[in-house]
Amino acid sequence: MSSYSELIKNFEKIRSYMREFYVYGFKSREEYDKKSARSYDDERRRMESWLGDHMSFVRTPEGKNVFISIDSRVSGHNPFYKAIKAKSFTDGDITLHFILFDILHSSDIVLSLPEILKEIDEYLSGFKSPMMFDESTVRKKLKEYIEQGVIVGEKIGRKMMYCRADDIGLPDITDILNFYSEVAPCGVIGSFLLDKEEDKTDYFSFKHHYITSAMDSGVLAMLFKAMREKSTVTVSNTSRRADEPRKIRIIPLRIFISVQNGRQYLLAYQPEFNVIKSFRIDYLSNVKIEEPTPRFDELRAELDKMQSKMWGVTAKKNRYGEERIEHIDFTVKIDNSEEHIVRRLEREKRVGQVEKIDDRTYRFTADVYDTSEMIPWIRTFICRITELHFSNRTVENQFKRDIEEMYRMYGITEVEI
Amino acid sequence: MIFNEIYSVYYNAVAKIIAQIISGERDEKELNQIVYDNAFGESMLTVLPSLKSEKWQLVRADMTTPIKHKPTMPPTLIQKQWLKAISLDPRIKLFDIEFNGLDDVEPLFTPADYIIYDKYGDGDPFEDEGYIERFRTILSALKEKQPLKIKTVNRKGNIISMSLMPQRLEYSEKDDKFRLINIGCRYGGTVNLARIVSCEKCAVGGFIQQNSPVSEKRTVTLRIRDDRNALERCLLHFAHFEKRAERVDKKHYTVHIKYDKDDETEMVIRILSFGPMVEVIGPNDFRNLIIERLQRQKSCELK
Repeated sequence: MSSYSELIKNFEKIRSYMREFYVYGFKSREEYDKKSARSYDDERRRMESWLGDHMSFVRTPEGKNVFISIDSRVSGHNPFYKAIKAKSFTDGDITLHFILFDILHSSDIVLSLPEILKEIDEYLSGFKSPMMFDESTVRKKLKEYIEQGVIVGEKIGRKMMYCRADDIGLPDITDILNFYSEVAPCGVIGSFLLDKEEDKTDYFSFKHHYITSAMDSGVLAMLFKAMREKSTVTVSNTSRRADEPRKIRIIPLRIFISVQNGRQYLLAYQPEFNVIKSFRIDYLSNVKIEEPTPRFDELRAELDKMQSKMWGVTAKKNRYGEERIEHIDFTVKIDNSEEHIVRRLEREKRVGQVEKIDDRTYRFTADVYDTSEMIPWIRTFICRITELHFSNRTVENQFKRDIEEMYRMYGITEVEI
Repeated sequence: MIFNEIYSVYYNAVAKIIAQIISGERDEKELNQIVYDNAFGESMLTVLPSLKSEKWQLVRADMTTPIKHKPTMPPTLIQKQWLKAISLDPRIKLFDIEFNGLDDVEPLFTPADYIIYDKYGDGDPFEDEGYIERFRTILSALKEKQPLKIKTVNRKGNIISMSLMPQRLEYSEKDDKFRLINIGCRYGGTVNLARIVSCEKCAVGGFIQQNSPVSEKRTVTLRIRDDRNALERCLLHFAHFEKRAERVDKKHYTVHIKYDKDDETEMVIRILSFGPMVEVIGPNDFRNLIIERLQRQKSCELK
């Protein structure tokens, strides 16, 4: 039986636990039935170790519920980045890392593998039981570092020579790192850079700041890489409706990020069904980049065109390329002092038009793939909606039934204005 | 690619410990403090013991090290690619930095590779020269802890002058706007940067040292009915707040959310956006805000 460590080998395992604890937070230990109780205890302990004060628990009749509660407006940097900085390693990995970069401490030092091995032995000679690194272990480590871009390997004659990669010599970029590590995709990479800074004084804070995307950074980075290479990928997709992940082959086209619900989607072409559709990134794992595809530019141009008819992430086109467009218009009335409502319509609409009917009435009109995606937004205008027409009658009826239900829920029978 | 031990807090802590030992510092308490500051809650049980026991052969039993130079590592390829990617972002102009040394690097992503599809359309003018200059003046005042004299345009179009002590710059991804959080301003603790038309640093004095403004916190309690995936949608939507969720029965959940009182109207409309799947069950004054809107809606006689 292996002993507990606060470091982890596989990030996928902790990814789902963290989301459960942070987003939901009402499950008791017994409900994590898919994994063993020991696994639950270990993961919970790790998260306590990484997240400290952000972890809380509450006792309920069902047992002790552990949850993560974070007000991201005051938490400074994204606490979930810590999980990505918890990769396990061997005693040899860490020893070799620091010795190698000390041997190659300047990019002027260029050494062959036998020369490096000789120096490593000298570094270790002062220890009671010196570690022994054979040629293949060190070569493998150097190869890893060449792939990471921190070591340069060059063949001179028949010999492979190694040196440290050049530094880029940037000026003080602490402000940039403090800002972009929170707002840019894959911000955790900025956080890695920030870890090396001596003075990390931060003058920024963030409102409406969703931090769960941190846990999908690895998947996101692979998808970006695939898009830069214009490549097809295979990826495991866990649907809400299916227990087991399904392996799919898709061409990633663009990432859609929401700053109103914290979700990230991939819009991708799925050759199997000849459709461009959205995939939730938190449901994706094991991204494998395959060969480049000549269709990437054509498919992305297609998505560009489709975006003028997308309110959210739904792109409805069938396998024969036929579109189904839905129409929506609704009218709101405003009082004299409510010009801000008109400004809201203008700045919050993503597609469509706002039209002035008279001094107190404005109409919003749009034609989109899926009008049901607009319903949450339309509901934010409750108290002033005077007319509403959906070409999709099912959506319209649902909207109106929902309003009636809200009246009942809050005991509104007669109106006294 | 990203999940790699070279970025781990353990490697960072060990690098700092070795640097301290090279500089002559061998006090274990000091070295443990490095672990405490840079790694995780239980790392002290592992890091220094692994070094002292020669499990990781970087520090000898006498607390000396064979490492001769302060540990450093050049940026990795993905770090350079990420920096190149952010150098393409329009907001980068706010920071007075030239990204040299990245000419041969391919960006990790470009603005064409992603879209923030639901941010509001009236974001700050990040490429406007005047805005950039004012942003830099404010950032510089923050660093130097200097007060600012600013002029802003109010909603009626009038120019208002004020003096204030900057505290921090708050960015909202949804609004795509910066706000200056301050103390000492008679018009409130928050000023939208886009409304500032002029700004200059001024002499310290006249500002009594105060704590940063703390907005009043309130709690709203919601009952979620888990239809149409409402539970997940609602909990994700409110994930950025301090909150606590409880299960009532198989289909119903209660969530307590702490929010800033200043954002109450925004909270009301955010809750309304969930329709009948989310009901405010307390406090009563918040519930009444919803009721009032619904009553007004009923009077609209929706067609």
